[in-house]
Amino acid sequence: MIAELGHYALVLALMLGLIEACVPVYGARRNDAVMMGLAAPVAVAQFAFVAAAFAALTSCYVRSDFSLVNVFENSHSAKPLIYKITGVWGNHEGSMLLWVLILSLFGALVAIFGRNLPARLKATVLSVQSWIAVAFYLFILLTSNPFLRIGDPPIEGRDLNPILQDPGLAIHPPLLYLGYVGLSISFSFAIAALIEARIDAAWARWVRPWTLLAWIFLSLGIAMGSYWAYYTLGWGGWWFWDPVENASFMPWLAATALLHCALVMEKRDALKVWTILLAILAFSLSLLGTFLVRSGVLTSVHAFANDPMRGIFILVILLVFIGGGLALFAVRAPMLKQGGLYAPISREGALVFNNLFLLSACGTVLVGTLYPLVLEALTGDKISVGAPFFNSTFGPLFVPILVAMPFGPLLAWKRGDLLGVAQRLTAAAAMAALAVAAIFAITGSGPIVAPFAIGLAVFVMAGALTETVERAGLLKVPLSTAILRAKGLPRSTWGATLAHFGVGLALLGIIGETQWSVERIAEIKPGESLSLQNYEFHLDGTTARQGPNYRELLARFTVRRHGDIIGVMEPAKRSFPSRETVTTETALMTRGLSQLYLALGETRADGSLAVRAYYKPLVLLIWLGPVVMAFGGALSLSDRRLRIGAPKPARGRAVLAPAE
Amino acid sequence: MTDMLVRKCFEAFGLGLAVLPVAVLLVTAPALAVQPDEILPDPALESRARVLSRELRCMVCQNQSIDDSDAPLAHDLRVLVRERLQAGDTNQQVIDFLTARYGEFVLLKPPFSLHTALLWLTPIGILVIGACGLAFASRRRRPADPELTATERARVSQLVADNDV
Repeated sequence: MIAELGHYALVLALMLGLIEACVPVYGARRNDAVMMGLAAPVAVAQFAFVAAAFAALTSCYVRSDFSLVNVFENSHSAKPLIYKITGVWGNHEGSMLLWVLILSLFGALVAIFGRNLPARLKATVLSVQSWIAVAFYLFILLTSNPFLRIGDPPIEGRDLNPILQDPGLAIHPPLLYLGYVGLSISFSFAIAALIEARIDAAWARWVRPWTLLAWIFLSLGIAMGSYWAYYTLGWGGWWFWDPVENASFMPWLAATALLHCALVMEKRDALKVWTILLAILAFSLSLLGTFLVRSGVLTSVHAFANDPMRGIFILVILLVFIGGGLALFAVRAPMLKQGGLYAPISREGALVFNNLFLLSACGTVLVGTLYPLVLEALTGDKISVGAPFFNSTFGPLFVPILVAMPFGPLLAWKRGDLLGVAQRLTAAAAMAALAVAAIFAITGSGPIVAPFAIGLAVFVMAGALTETVERAGLLKVPLSTAILRAKGLPRSTWGATLAHFGVGLALLGIIGETQWSVERIAEIKPGESLSLQNYEFHLDGTTARQGPNYRELLARFTVRRHGDIIGVMEPAKRSFPSRETVTTETALMTRGLSQLYLALGETRADGSLAVRAYYKPLVLLIWLGPVVMAFGGALSLSDRRLRIGAPKPARGRAVLAPAE
Repeated sequence: MTDMLVRKCFEAFGLGLAVLPVAVLLVTAPALAVQPDEILPDPALESRARVLSRELRCMVCQNQSIDDSDAPLAHDLRVLVRERLQAGDTNQQVIDFLTARYGEFVLLKPPFSLHTALLWLTPIGILVIGACGLAFASRRRRPADPELTATERARVSQLVADNDV
């Protein structure tokens, strides 16, 4: 019964979506306040119904209602509760339901927080958002219905894929979807601006915070996914240039570009048309990612042909929205007024530079991901495009961005003084040079790129701090004054500083892990030890344990450094009878920013155990960097000027206060 | 066995858009990628083998190098690479040998050729086209500073003269 209610709620959401898709936008054309006024309540109601459908499916999972095909195929009564809940989106149908849940959530958020949006713009934005929603409601109801029943319900389910039975599944997909799907709002704003054929100040102020919000979640989601892969896989990799990863990375690159160019539009009224195009592109890449992953086209062209319904449906959605968006852009863009002239060497110029390189990087990832598919479809030739290709093309494209990053925020709007900025960055450059020299001195004959890469990371970080340090007057005025001044800086300034600083941190982590990681693969028996640099892992013994829905073999290692015991690590192997699957549970020990990593392999008949041990220097920074970036984004989002589009009236209030 | 691995790849799509690579599911084989008994006694040869392994694709997996994969085929290829190295092949000879045997599909970084030209030229292509587009757009948008007309010049000198008084 609950499943039917969920199904019905989803159908009702579709109906509300249809109303929302037509009425408000028509009302906006006719200047009909009643029709436009419908937009906000219907958007909220739509979200409520999708949430009800989602809750119904969750309830079926929690109660292990195996009369639902979806629950039967992806759940098991012995599964811990958290994985019953996360299992809701650990499969195709459920994850699409999460997709529309977040889509309608963003619609509702615009409806609620958009009170001071011009009525026409708001009505149009919400209608466009509903066009997307209707397409995906139909997709779910027609091709991927999670509420389908089984005539003769089985007694036990097939269980969720054991690899997904991990806390990562609770965090990673929702975060990622919030980012991915959140970009739909920027898209809806862009399409609404094109329909209205005007971009006003309100539009400019609104797009950036929404993009920023999506970007924060996307950054966290990608970082979280990377960390999950790192500790689950058992060979310590954290980024694979896998098409599924690329599918989420491309929208991130586009959203980063969008974020920066929206800044120009907001502050200087320039690059308007470009911002609109980027907003369309960013969400198009989200849709493309959905298509790539959902259609099965990545597995092989043949998998797509075997069950083409879903793939073709999304492909049609993709073509309609991307094609329609770009066509509308082509027709309407020339009507938009361009403003704000600037010299090539200026803050605007730097942001254009950033956009150019980010989009080239994004295009490289896009072409690299699609090339093998297209080539095989067209000529039948099979080639592989993997990590080595991306490393040798994406890397060089990103270096100029990193070098230019400290310069951008220091350049003046309109016309900048590159030489002056370079002088202000002397301290940062000196620190970078010092870092290069120090690393050379320490590592000696180590990898030759590493010292320079570290120097670049230091330059990025020191460069990020330069502006705030200057404005606070650190070392020039007394410390207390400097702190006071630093506190008084706008949060958006701090946000940008932290976000850029986070990039430097992540870079440090990437260099540390890729250049200085140490690995040891060996077979040892209980009582024997494995040594890795200064560390020694002593295998005390193994124990077999029974978990809720698996059996596990746990190996206990005592870890010593220079002979002193520093702790115990317990990697394990779990076998899940329901799926006849074995997973590796790695053991991690954090030492400052570095980690020790142990994973188990095969057990031999003589009791010896294959072990893979790593020491990964600075590895935590790879994920700490994005967290700092996201925190910077959140700080910027909390800036009053972004929230309500007005600067803090600090001086005004001081004048009005009565003299004591 | 191969079929089973491929099928497991399919199941991976249950997770959907999540970043966790499909490769993850291949861990289901109870093994580590590089096996202890595969490792060559000569560290120099072994490190060359590792470098090569990262460039070679495990053909039954999705986007995994033979260095990362647990598939039996990857094991066989790792052993093969090491045998060739021990026989005295250079890195290029090993790559040529494998390409001759399995086709270009085995290379994770496809060589530059007619049918990969577009792939390799993309990064620089977008950059150049983008830069040209920007240059063109800025030239079109910025009209040359128009000279003052004779009347305007007269008006300016008039104003300056008035101010002086």
